[in-house]
Amino acid sequence: MAALKVVRSGSRLLNGFQSLLNNPRKVTCGVAATVTKHPRWYCVSHLSVQERIERKRKAALSGGGQQRIEAQHRRGKLTARERVELLLDPDSFVEYDMFVEHRCSDFGMEADHNKYPGDSVVTGQGRINGRLVYVFSQVKDFTVFGGSLSGAHAQKICKIMDQAMMVGAPVIGLNDSGGARIQEGVESLAGYADIFLRNVMASGVIPQISLIMGPCAGGAVYSPALTDFTFMVKDTSYLFITGPDVVKSVTNEDVTQEELGGAKTHTAVSGVAHKAFENDIDALLNLREFFNFLPLSNKDSAPITECHDPSDRLVPGLDTVVPLETTKAYDMLDIIHGIADEREFFEIMPNYAKNIVVGFARMNGRTVGIVGNQPKVASGCLDINSSVKGARFVRFCDAFNIPIITFVDVPGFLPGTAQEYGGIIRHGAKLLFAFAEATVPKITVITRKAYGGAYDVMSSKHLRGDVNYAWPSAEVAVMGAKGAVQIIFRGKENQAEAEAEYVEKFANPFPAAVRGFVDDIIQPSMTRKRICRDLEVLASKKQANPWKKHANIPL
Amino acid sequence: SSAFVLGPNCCSSVLQTFDKILIANRGEIACRVMKTCKKMGIKTVAVHSDVDSSAVHVKMADEAVCVGPAPTNKSYLNMDAILEAARQTGAQAVHPGYGFLSENKEFARRLAAHGVTFIGPDTHAIQAMGDKIESKLIAKKAKVNTIPGFDGVVKDAEEAVRIAGEIGYPVMIKASAGGGGKGMRIAWNDEETREGFRFSSQEAASSFGDDRLLIEKFIDNPRHIEIQVLADKHGNALWLNERECSIQRRNQKVVEEAPSTFLDPETRCAMGEQAVSLAKAVQYSSAGTVEFLVDSKKNFYFLEMNTRLQVEHPITECITGLDLVQQMIRVAKGYPLQHRQADIPINGWAIESRVYAEDPYKSFGLPSIGRLSQYQEPVNIPAVRVDSGIQEGSDISIYYDPMISKLVTYGSTRAEALQRMEEALDNYVIRGVTHNIPLLREIITHPRFVSGDISTKFLQEVYPEGFKGHQLSDSERWELLATAVALFVAAQLRSQRFLGNLRVSSSQQEQRRWELSVELEKGVHAVTVSRSGSTYAVDLDGKRVDVSSEWNLASALLPVTVNGTQRTVQCLSRSASGEIDLQYLGTSYKLRVLSKLAAALNKHMPEKVPEDTSSILRSPMPGSVVAVSVKAGDTVAEGQEICVIEAMKMQNSMTAAKTAKVKSVHCNAGDTVGEGDLLVELE
Repeated sequence: MAALKVVRSGSRLLNGFQSLLNNPRKVTCGVAATVTKHPRWYCVSHLSVQERIERKRKAALSGGGQQRIEAQHRRGKLTARERVELLLDPDSFVEYDMFVEHRCSDFGMEADHNKYPGDSVVTGQGRINGRLVYVFSQVKDFTVFGGSLSGAHAQKICKIMDQAMMVGAPVIGLNDSGGARIQEGVESLAGYADIFLRNVMASGVIPQISLIMGPCAGGAVYSPALTDFTFMVKDTSYLFITGPDVVKSVTNEDVTQEELGGAKTHTAVSGVAHKAFENDIDALLNLREFFNFLPLSNKDSAPITECHDPSDRLVPGLDTVVPLETTKAYDMLDIIHGIADEREFFEIMPNYAKNIVVGFARMNGRTVGIVGNQPKVASGCLDINSSVKGARFVRFCDAFNIPIITFVDVPGFLPGTAQEYGGIIRHGAKLLFAFAEATVPKITVITRKAYGGAYDVMSSKHLRGDVNYAWPSAEVAVMGAKGAVQIIFRGKENQAEAEAEYVEKFANPFPAAVRGFVDDIIQPSMTRKRICRDLEVLASKKQANPWKKHANIPL
Repeated sequence: SSAFVLGPNCCSSVLQTFDKILIANRGEIACRVMKTCKKMGIKTVAVHSDVDSSAVHVKMADEAVCVGPAPTNKSYLNMDAILEAARQTGAQAVHPGYGFLSENKEFARRLAAHGVTFIGPDTHAIQAMGDKIESKLIAKKAKVNTIPGFDGVVKDAEEAVRIAGEIGYPVMIKASAGGGGKGMRIAWNDEETREGFRFSSQEAASSFGDDRLLIEKFIDNPRHIEIQVLADKHGNALWLNERECSIQRRNQKVVEEAPSTFLDPETRCAMGEQAVSLAKAVQYSSAGTVEFLVDSKKNFYFLEMNTRLQVEHPITECITGLDLVQQMIRVAKGYPLQHRQADIPINGWAIESRVYAEDPYKSFGLPSIGRLSQYQEPVNIPAVRVDSGIQEGSDISIYYDPMISKLVTYGSTRAEALQRMEEALDNYVIRGVTHNIPLLREIITHPRFVSGDISTKFLQEVYPEGFKGHQLSDSERWELLATAVALFVAAQLRSQRFLGNLRVSSSQQEQRRWELSVELEKGVHAVTVSRSGSTYAVDLDGKRVDVSSEWNLASALLPVTVNGTQRTVQCLSRSASGEIDLQYLGTSYKLRVLSKLAAALNKHMPEKVPEDTSSILRSPMPGSVVAVSVKAGDTVAEGQEICVIEAMKMQNSMTAAKTAKVKSVHCNAGDTVGEGDLLVELE
């Protein structure tokens, strides 16, 4: 309805103008001095402008006609405008550049029937729960060019990105495009590059979110890849550099679109996408919910929403969540749900590198980023994928003033040739780097194991953790008892006795606590209360890194 | 009634009994016994398996001893370890609770040999009553009415068929050593007799280590009414009135009440006197229960005697004012009974609901496991007693009974007790495991139950197609839809309230009217909502429903007033895409609220096809595979047994849903399987 309202208010304005035009004589008289020779032409021209405005606007809004809309619906997809309307608050969308047309004059493209007002993208700004956001929604549905990116299309996107940067508001892209507009050649490629550049400039300034709602291939994939979050719609969206046909001709692999670049592939295997949703409506409604976690820009603090969950609520279930046997797994999500406001947790990349859990929650209404090792998967060890997943999330939080809460139960880095050859040293360093450089409030809770270098990495006191807690079940040590005893007491008899001694000495929170490496040993049920209190204190934290052009994270 | 809440003052007589008691049990009954011990100033020792080391009963005890790993035969049934624990801690007496070693004469004998008092009857009484064949003979001799049947051990399936033929169908096949519905099968024909014999003997062997079976006439459509007795070591015995336990599924009790609506004073007295005479016949001491089947003509037949504290003992405590555990401890120390028969009152009415971690939609309850992510007992309601041994964060595991708690309500009349039960069930928060509150609430509000017209066949008769949850009336449906819609709007409004954020549009005004759509069970309704304060007026199919509440969106309980009626609804989950799960009148409903626009567009969304379930057999519950009867390539007939899953000591036969060839088998005997695990695929 939002778009329609724009038309209505627009046409009201036009009506005023029209009444002026309905008295052409007066007008003619008024400007007679300059156009005396062609008074009639002048009037007709204005009338036809009016008609043309209406005709173009109607064409832009009709989305290629009822037939095309129905065809889109039959594919289980919504039109570009329907998506924008669902995403934004009712009546809040303000559209830009509805009259932009492509400028290509080759291959008969200059013909009127090959021009569509607005070209193949809808752009503008609006509100989500009252907060400003810029949006572009690509229109794969109605042009003969399959929503391909023309110079004009790119220019429209760049315009809203530039403005979003100036006012400090996020950009959401609803991607559904056939790729570069081949008829435009290098102009289309230039368009992509213009967007890429802006994606990079906006990175860390305003949150950028991509929702892939259809195919997105070739160069087009790099814009989502440069944004902060990429979400997908199951069964209808694809991301790939080259499609199955090219793959077949180059590598002779037989692969379907879905296997190559579907939502499952990218959320579980490649880690390109952060989450997938059931369908267009589910995705857009979830995006609204997600948006509420984010600050509008890097100059704004993380939002605080009205909260009904008492900040001093005790969570008795946490006192028994860590099993007594140190080798037994438990679900880190039980802890996260337990402490978060209303048990709500928006998990990022829930199906990728599941040995680490990352996502957003609220504590006493305030957005926080949560990172936790997941003992249920691969004992919660750090490996290449989990390090990269964690690092990117931590950097997002740090860039946008979102406090980071880290739950540690990590037995170390995953050993093996696969990891070493894959560069675990380089990738593990990313997580270390990200935690170390972060200056937002950092609260860490060691729930059980914090072994070896992984202990250092996981937002330890040594990396400027603001408040570091240990639960009574915490074991902060270089390694587990068995391995340690084999090294310290090599060749000695009575390994079992030595092991017991090691456990007594190191398999508890005291060695870290006596050195001040953890600030307190807390009862698990008190964790929520303590963190909420700390966040309030740390809200005014000021910390800056030394001046630099930019750091050199080991990419 | 002083025993109702087990307050500190109910043990008025300060008597020297024991200094320290070991409780050889777990869960709610261990906690229950410890409560009385604490009141009596007795120190307590808990025993536990390794997985139970942070269980409530362990925390509650003064001392705790681990007696072995999780499987019961290695821990709670491990006599050596428990005897050692008693010795080590210096416990002078052992309370066995119910189940486990409570009716094990060997345990009682060995305790006695160690000089530890067994809080229960003497060994010979346990032995006499523990054996169903012997107990029946003794009962006959004591002039107690008994059921016609075969007074001996049945050798094999064929003999079972022959005896069944002599007694006449239907017959009941049951474990001689049995109890609690385990190892018990009813057969209506020869084939069922053979199958029942096989299952019962397997179950009896795994539950009691004794596979002897007996057969008796099955009294169709009876009531199950039992008499609580209390006897001392001086030859005194009392009957403490009856408990009606007719509401059962698979011979396990679900809802109990005291007194029974069915008994007149004469019948009650006759049953009580027979129960006492049986107790005296075996020189019974301690608390015990004599179970009877009562037919529609108020003829009653002795079923068995349980020589222990019964699960449902709290309702007797409510109406008599006695603390049965305290009485057992006194008697065990050798004190004579404090009361005479004339002192035993029936004060008011008490109902007990057994709250289980079970899926009531599958055969009235198949076990479910999980972690209690949220747990809140309705103890703030007056005259509600909850006996439980778990807390928020506890695990319901496959190793033990899936009972969450016994929810008891009390009132001066039955109607009052029932009213409180309804309220208590609505205010009971259980998250993380599937539970049977939907079934419990339906039972206690069913017209037949309310009028007292019940029998042991109640569930099968009332729900011949299986339990399907509460069936909404039209007005209830409107109420539910309106509540969901109002909750949706309240949540929407809250998500627009940012604190201290100056960048929210100043021209924005809070919306006052909404056009929405709400979906329930495939029915879609257009609604309009307008708000004034905390009240939402919902216009639904031309009806206006007013919903008001404090709209605390963090609380598990949502008290609402709908068109003037107060209710507690529970919001089980709420998703960004408008899905709202509400527990309303006990049953959980899946609703979806969307804006008018989203609802209009929603019809274009592709429907995702669920898998065809007739060719796939999944485990309906967590458990272990006892036997697999087919292999890939076999052809099975519809209804043919494919495999047997054992969970919580019950064997469940899994059968083919259609006649087909077996495509693949995904389990082996001995495997542990989770709920929903793929067992067998058919072609």
